[in-house]
Amino acid sequence: MKKFFAQLYLWTLLALLYAPIIIIGIFSFTESKVLGNWTGFSTKLYTSLFSGGTHHSLLSAIQNTLSIALIAAIASTLLGTVAAIGIFNMRGRKKQVINFLNDIPMLNPDIITGISLFLLFVSLGISQGYTTVVLAHIAFCTPYVVLNVMPRLQQMNPNIYEAALDLGATPFQALRKIIIPEIRPGMISGFILAFTLSIDDFAVTLFTKGNEGLETLSTYIYADARKGGLTPELRPLSTIIFAVVLLLLIIINVRAKRAAKRKQAM
Amino acid sequence: MNFVSKLFNKRANWAIPYAIFLAMFVALPLVLIVVYAFQDSNGAFSLENFTKFVTQPEAVNTFIYSIGIALITTILCILLGYPAAWILSNRKLNSSEVMVVLFILPMWINILVRTLATVALFDFLKFPLGEGALIFGMVYNFLPFMIYPIYNTLKKMDHSLIEAAEDLGATPIEVFRKVTIPLSMPGVMSGIMMVFMPTISTFAIAELLTMNNVKLFGTTIQENINNGMWNYGAALSLIMLIIIGITSLFSDGDEQTDSDSLI
Repeated sequence: MKKFFAQLYLWTLLALLYAPIIIIGIFSFTESKVLGNWTGFSTKLYTSLFSGGTHHSLLSAIQNTLSIALIAAIASTLLGTVAAIGIFNMRGRKKQVINFLNDIPMLNPDIITGISLFLLFVSLGISQGYTTVVLAHIAFCTPYVVLNVMPRLQQMNPNIYEAALDLGATPFQALRKIIIPEIRPGMISGFILAFTLSIDDFAVTLFTKGNEGLETLSTYIYADARKGGLTPELRPLSTIIFAVVLLLLIIINVRAKRAAKRKQAM
Repeated sequence: MNFVSKLFNKRANWAIPYAIFLAMFVALPLVLIVVYAFQDSNGAFSLENFTKFVTQPEAVNTFIYSIGIALITTILCILLGYPAAWILSNRKLNSSEVMVVLFILPMWINILVRTLATVALFDFLKFPLGEGALIFGMVYNFLPFMIYPIYNTLKKMDHSLIEAAEDLGATPIEVFRKVTIPLSMPGVMSGIMMVFMPTISTFAIAELLTMNNVKLFGTTIQENINNGMWNYGAALSLIMLIIIGITSLFSDGDEQTDSDSLI
C-alpha cells in the first residue's frame, strides 16, 4: 500500500514534469501556426525544419550551436587534461590559488560570467563574435574537465609512471602510454559534460556574441520569443532534441550497467 | 630547446598554460566588474552607481522581489523534491533505475527549450502568463536539480545507521526526523545552491514566462548592460555576486562532488 502511494507520487510528478514536452511533441505533428490548434496530422513542420528556406536562420543557429560546442569541448578537454596533470603535481600555495580560480566559473552564475567576459572583450577592444563565444565557452567548460580528470590521476599508481621512466621511456612516451590510458575515462566524461554545458548555455553566449547577427539555438529562441510569435518549427526541433537526449541517456546507462556487471563477473 | 624540455619535464609546469588562461578569462574579468562598478561613465572613481541603486526604489524593489521569488521556488522545490528523492533512493519503494533517469533527464535539455515547452503548456491550458506562471515554470525547470543531489546523498547513506536506530526502538517518523534528514542535509544544501542561484540570476526564463510583465533582478542587470550603462550594470552584478557569496557560505562547495557524478 505504501509502495502504491509512493509510486503514485512519482508518476504524478513525472506526468507534470513531462506534460510540456508531450504537448509540444503532439503538436509538432500538425501544421497549425498556433500551438493548441489541431489541424490534422502532418509532418510538414519536420520537413520544413530541414529544408531551410524561410527558416534558414534557425538551421544556421543549430549549426552554430553544434560547432561551437564541438570546438569548445575539444579545446577544454585538451587544456583541462594538461592542466589537471600539472595541478596534480603542484604543491602548496600555488596549487590552492589555481584550484580556487578553477572553482570560480562553476560557482558563478552564468549572467555574471557573461557580463565579466563582456567587460573584458570591451575593455580590450576585441570585437565580439564567433571567436569570443568559443573562448567564453572554453572558460566555463574547462573547470569541469579538470574536475573529471583529477580523481583519475589520484587513483593512479604513481610507481607505474616512475617505472616507465626508469625503463627508458621519455616523459612524452610515458604520458602517451601510461598516463593518458589511465585518465581516459575522466577525459571522456569531461568532454561530454563540456559539450552539453556548451549546448545548454544561454547567458554567456548572449553577452559575448556581439551584434553581428551570430545566433545559437538558445539566443535564437530568446530573440524569437521576444518578437512575440514562436516559430512553429521549434516544435519538431524540441521534440527531436528531447528524443536524442533520451536515447543517449538510455545508451549511457545501459552501457554503464553492462560494464558494472562485467566487473562483478571478473 | 634545452630550456623548453626542462620546463616540460617538470610536470607541475604543465599547469602554466591554464594558469595564464584562468588569469586572463576568469580573474581579470571579475576584477573588471569591480573596477567598472566603482567608476562613473567618465572612468573616474565614484560611488554613484551604488547610491543610485540605494536611492532608486524600483531597483531595490526588483531586487527584494527577485530574492522572494527565488526563495519561494527553492522552498517549493524542496517540498516537492525531497519526498521524490527519498522514494527514488528507497529500495522497498522503488526498484527501477529507469525512474531515476527519467527524473534527471530534463537537466540535459536546453533550458530555453524547456521554458519554451512550459510556455506552450500554459498557452494550451489557457493559464495566464504572469507571476503564477513564473513560479510554476521555475519549479518545473529546477525541480530535477533539487531531486538529484538529495537522491545522491540518500543513496550513499549508511543504512546500518537507520537499522541501528530502529533496533534501538525509534519509530519510523523518529528515524526519518533524527537520522535520514540530518544525514541528507549536504544534498539539500547543494540542491539549494543549484536552484537558488540560477533562479536569482535568471532573466530569460522570467521574460518568456511572463511576457515581460514581471521584472527580475537579472533582467534589470541585462537591460542596463544592453543599454550601454555598463558601470551601473557592473555595480548591480557585484551586488548579486555578494548575495551569491553569502549563500554559498552555507554550503561548502558540495555541488562539486555532485556535478562530477552526473554521467
